[in-house]
Amino acid sequence: MAVPKVMGTEIEYGITVRNDRDFDPISSCVLLVNAYREDHDAKILWDYDQENPLADARGFQVEGEKYTPNQQENIARNKTLINGARYYVDHAHPEYSCPEVTNVRELVVHEKAGERIVEISRREAQALLPKGTQMLIYKNNSDRKGNSYGSHENYLMDRRTSFKQIVEHLLPFFATRQVYTGAGKVGSENRSQPCDYQLAQRSDFFETEVALDTMVKRPIINTRDEPHADREKYRRLHVIVGDANMSEYTIYLRNGATALVLAMIEDGAITRDVSLRDPVRAIREISHDPSCKLEVQLDRGPKVTAVQLQREFLDMALAYTSSREIDPITKDVLVKWQYVMERLERDPMELSREIDWVIKKALIENFMDRKGADWGSPQVEMMDLQYHDIRPDKGLYYLLERKGQVERIADDDEITAAIQKPPEDTRAYFRGECLRRFPDEVFGVNWDSISFGIGDEPIKRILMAEPLKGSKVHVEDLLSSSTSAAELVKNLRA
Amino acid sequence: MARIANSRVPNADERLLARFGAAESTQKQKGGGDGGDDGGDAEGGQKLKEKGEELKAEMDALVDEIDEVLEENAEEFVKNYVQRGGQ
Repeated sequence: MAVPKVMGTEIEYGITVRNDRDFDPISSCVLLVNAYREDHDAKILWDYDQENPLADARGFQVEGEKYTPNQQENIARNKTLINGARYYVDHAHPEYSCPEVTNVRELVVHEKAGERIVEISRREAQALLPKGTQMLIYKNNSDRKGNSYGSHENYLMDRRTSFKQIVEHLLPFFATRQVYTGAGKVGSENRSQPCDYQLAQRSDFFETEVALDTMVKRPIINTRDEPHADREKYRRLHVIVGDANMSEYTIYLRNGATALVLAMIEDGAITRDVSLRDPVRAIREISHDPSCKLEVQLDRGPKVTAVQLQREFLDMALAYTSSREIDPITKDVLVKWQYVMERLERDPMELSREIDWVIKKALIENFMDRKGADWGSPQVEMMDLQYHDIRPDKGLYYLLERKGQVERIADDDEITAAIQKPPEDTRAYFRGECLRRFPDEVFGVNWDSISFGIGDEPIKRILMAEPLKGSKVHVEDLLSSSTSAAELVKNLRA
Repeated sequence: MARIANSRVPNADERLLARFGAAESTQKQKGGGDGGDDGGDAEGGQKLKEKGEELKAEMDALVDEIDEVLEENAEEFVKNYVQRGGQ
């Protein structure tokens, strides 16, 4: 039986300060992240002891220096929020890792809450910057000059499923899912063939099939083996192949279809061989073809389009779910997946309310028609960037949202609530509630632990190796009967 | 390499009508498709035309709004947007 698909996303945002001659991305990120204030001003560490980004899922440990900042730097770069998220500085980008959720609807709500948190802190940071300068932040993945930054998805998986099997089935799925997950990009980069417009922001950057790297020579499948949970039972699949999506519908389908395929891999339900002869070449070529008609070669000979290959996965998913009890959200994902596939088969441009790359392309083409602009026009390039601007009054995606021209999944009240409220059915609830109730006693946090520093006593670390424990049902009584952190720790031990 | 740059791209109004036409046909399918076309061809054509014009007006308004919010000095703006590579 497949394990529940606990999931989350980590989004690195693009950041710049206009009219600042000395713009330094790292100090701007530190300013940004620290401009975000919650009710408390406790200084809480991110607990790097629990981290091991150099463990490879293929069963070995890569040599290298593990990053551990000193205490002051640690606090300056990391914020754990009362909604259970981590908001921090990763290299030269602000990053928002949403709390663990159990379904794609909540994933959309929390990823969108992240956009708002970043925008709130951008406004606060702006107030501290010299007059005439302007901090700008984009939820995209490329500067279109060969520099890419990531948007990662994480899914809980059963450790017993062999990594080899995961790789075999996911390579064709990841090379082709961009037909409905791409965020769209004007032009190409990283020595790719020139093109006017392509499906995905990231596809030009994948150079190998499987590897541990995330910053150079990026692989379609990343092997980082850092489960942030009981490593005997689980793995965390760290997916680096996706785009930062603006469309709620696209985020929902992206994670929904992927979670389903992962459960199918765990349950041995991938029954057809759809391996590609050359996935790295295919991912670029498919991205460069907005007609979605290009054929790529299967390992066993025949040629298929990305849409046909995704249809195979959808058919297998329908067969898989037909004999199982499925929850209403998974059912809805299947309905939407089917809806999208039908339109991709007929005419992808019919998805101009649902799928990011189509929404953006339709928007730009209408603009070009009326303005006599072309794909090389600076205004068109500006639109490509500004689609991802996180300012509500400037972002072109938000403009469409306000005008009711894109399909939505969540409503604004839910998103606003999620800025301060953790999901209730994962350990994020315990993490967030501890921070809200006892900020001054929380010493350090990681995904699978929280430690308390109470008075002069030694630090007490509580491990949370089960992502589904620490939920509201589990800990509500415990929390409400503990009036202090000391009592909480005592009650936990009782 | 498949390139579509040279293929003719329908203009915005054609695309809008195609989209609207497609939406009409799905609605008909959903309605059960008993074949009975209430309203004559002329009336249907008139409705389609009105709807098309309405969508065109909407699209014009949207482009005007984009014009208002789009950053000035686009060329310099885009050129100066340079990031350090991330993950």
